[in-house]
Amino acid sequence: MIKIEKLHKSYPIGKDSLHVLKGIDLHIKEGEFVSIMGSSGSGKSTLLNIVGLLDGHDEGNYFLNGQLIKDLNEKKAAILRNKFLGFVFQSFNLISYKTALENVALPLYYKGMKRKERLVIALEYLEKVGLKDWANHLPNELSGGQKQRVAIARALVTKPKVVLADEPTGALDSTTTDNVMDLLRDINNEGMTVFVITHEEEVAEQTKRIVRLKDGVIISDEYTKANKTV
Amino acid sequence: MKFLFDSDTWQEIYGSIRKNKIRTAITIIGVLWGIFLLVVLLGSARGLENSFNKLFGNFATNSVFVWTQSTDTPFKGFQKGRRFSLTMNDIKVLKSEYSDEIKLLAPRNQTNNLIIKDFKSGNFRVSGDYPVLDQIQKKQLIYGRFLNSNDIENTAKVTAISEDMYKQLFDKDEMPIGQFIKINSISFQVIGVYKPSNTIDFDGDCAYIPFTTFKKVYNTANKVDWMMITANEGTNIEQMESDVLLTLKGLHKVHPEDERAFGSANLGKEIGKVTGFLTGMQFLTWFVGIATLIAGVFAIGNILLITVKERTKEIGIRRALGATPKSIRQQIILESVFLTTIAGMLGIIFGGLVLFGIDSAIGQGDEAVLINPTVNIPIILIAFVTLIILGTLIGLIPAHMATIVKPIEALREE
Repeated sequence: MIKIEKLHKSYPIGKDSLHVLKGIDLHIKEGEFVSIMGSSGSGKSTLLNIVGLLDGHDEGNYFLNGQLIKDLNEKKAAILRNKFLGFVFQSFNLISYKTALENVALPLYYKGMKRKERLVIALEYLEKVGLKDWANHLPNELSGGQKQRVAIARALVTKPKVVLADEPTGALDSTTTDNVMDLLRDINNEGMTVFVITHEEEVAEQTKRIVRLKDGVIISDEYTKANKTV
Repeated sequence: MKFLFDSDTWQEIYGSIRKNKIRTAITIIGVLWGIFLLVVLLGSARGLENSFNKLFGNFATNSVFVWTQSTDTPFKGFQKGRRFSLTMNDIKVLKSEYSDEIKLLAPRNQTNNLIIKDFKSGNFRVSGDYPVLDQIQKKQLIYGRFLNSNDIENTAKVTAISEDMYKQLFDKDEMPIGQFIKINSISFQVIGVYKPSNTIDFDGDCAYIPFTTFKKVYNTANKVDWMMITANEGTNIEQMESDVLLTLKGLHKVHPEDERAFGSANLGKEIGKVTGFLTGMQFLTWFVGIATLIAGVFAIGNILLITVKERTKEIGIRRALGATPKSIRQQIILESVFLTTIAGMLGIIFGGLVLFGIDSAIGQGDEAVLINPTVNIPIILIAFVTLIILGTLIGLIPAHMATIVKPIEALREE
């Protein structure tokens, strides 16, 4: 599903450049539940941005769903994001003046789906994350955990190939963290590839594969107990 | 173009406009003010033009007035600074010498006098005139008639007075015709009451008496205070004016190049000045209106730019969810166009209402300052379309700004 070969990425800082990713090789198969661990500055967010087509890479190859990602313009990237990827962010990134339902339906809008149709589908997904009753609430009327569940519903609504979660529990307390992780696991159990970035050991342990990143290189890549129990 | 008719597009725009009520309102006010000013200024200018036209309308615009002052050059043994008067002889000479050019000629003598009716009195102007005056300056009579040639021949002691004089000197509902009033202690019979002219009027409230009677009452002998001349159609009035003056200079032994001896005014020329002023004012109106409009449109661009900055994160989210740069651009341009359109329509409506208000307040009746202040629909449509085009163009800037930020940077924005 996601195949990365010798990926390099550096950012210009003034005259110098900061070499963030120094040759990453990573292969994530369909249906995997992977977490990327690493302290801040390890390059994990950069990796997610590249995987999420939010940023380009300098060297190496990146295959998404078998397709080589190279020289994407913004339009193609946008279409691919819409088609293959679902995002979950640490700060939820819901649009504040839209209701939960409208937020979930937004990716379908960019897909070109009719309003009625997409609201029906969005409601289905809200129900799936247990927030059907909150459909017409604005984000600021929801708790952090609820917001993240709305965001997850939004990530799922286009039936993407991969769900990318950037510190999905970073802004949540431990109870809601567990709820959100349970939800992600359920999604994974349904066959969805889930890609989580975190720096919390407890969160990573709930995934099935942990890739540890340090100073732009992978230092370990192992399956967890959770994987073995399945 | 399909996206224009997509209800979702409008849903999105409605959402973002509703969210930003204050900036929407401010933006709208900016443009609204521009087009409002344009409409009101153009309408007022038109109203003013109309009222000027009306003002000059029933006055013979081909008139020249001539009077005497004092000489500024010694000539034929006379010192400079000599004062003299026009005479009836001048009138006769002019009439015969310029029979082709001169259509009407009204010699006039005027003074102020106390006019008494029983126990009421007032100080008014008294004017000795020929009936021809009525042709140059049409008198609207409420009662009776104006002077006629019989009055002149008989040196009749008759007078036509103004409506205000009638109100001051007579009781309410009293019939003035046939009654007597005293001018310079001599009884005159009132033969007519006229309405004050709402056009140019040099006489004001004035008791018109026959020229011949005036001569006797005030012992003016052959003297003529001043005269009004109107030219036949096709006559070069300025040429006629200078010719007449030259003739008069000869008659009165005034140096041909004396600039001060005779005063004259050419009404056509004076009106030309006013018309020029009107043209200038219309130009100014357009200039101010369009400049304000442009300022308003720039305000829209400015505010949208700020909004785009404010909404960087939202735009980033939308792009992460699959919005193409094109769809973002479309949305922002459409917002700009939508706002300018709404603002433009409101501006036109308010401007129209204000013009309507002006029209009902001071645009009707005889005393109207601005008559029928209106704006041409095509002009408004042109302004409106221009506005929308400008709105689109100005929307391109923030739309571009919105899409050059990489989604990743937009998302990072807090």
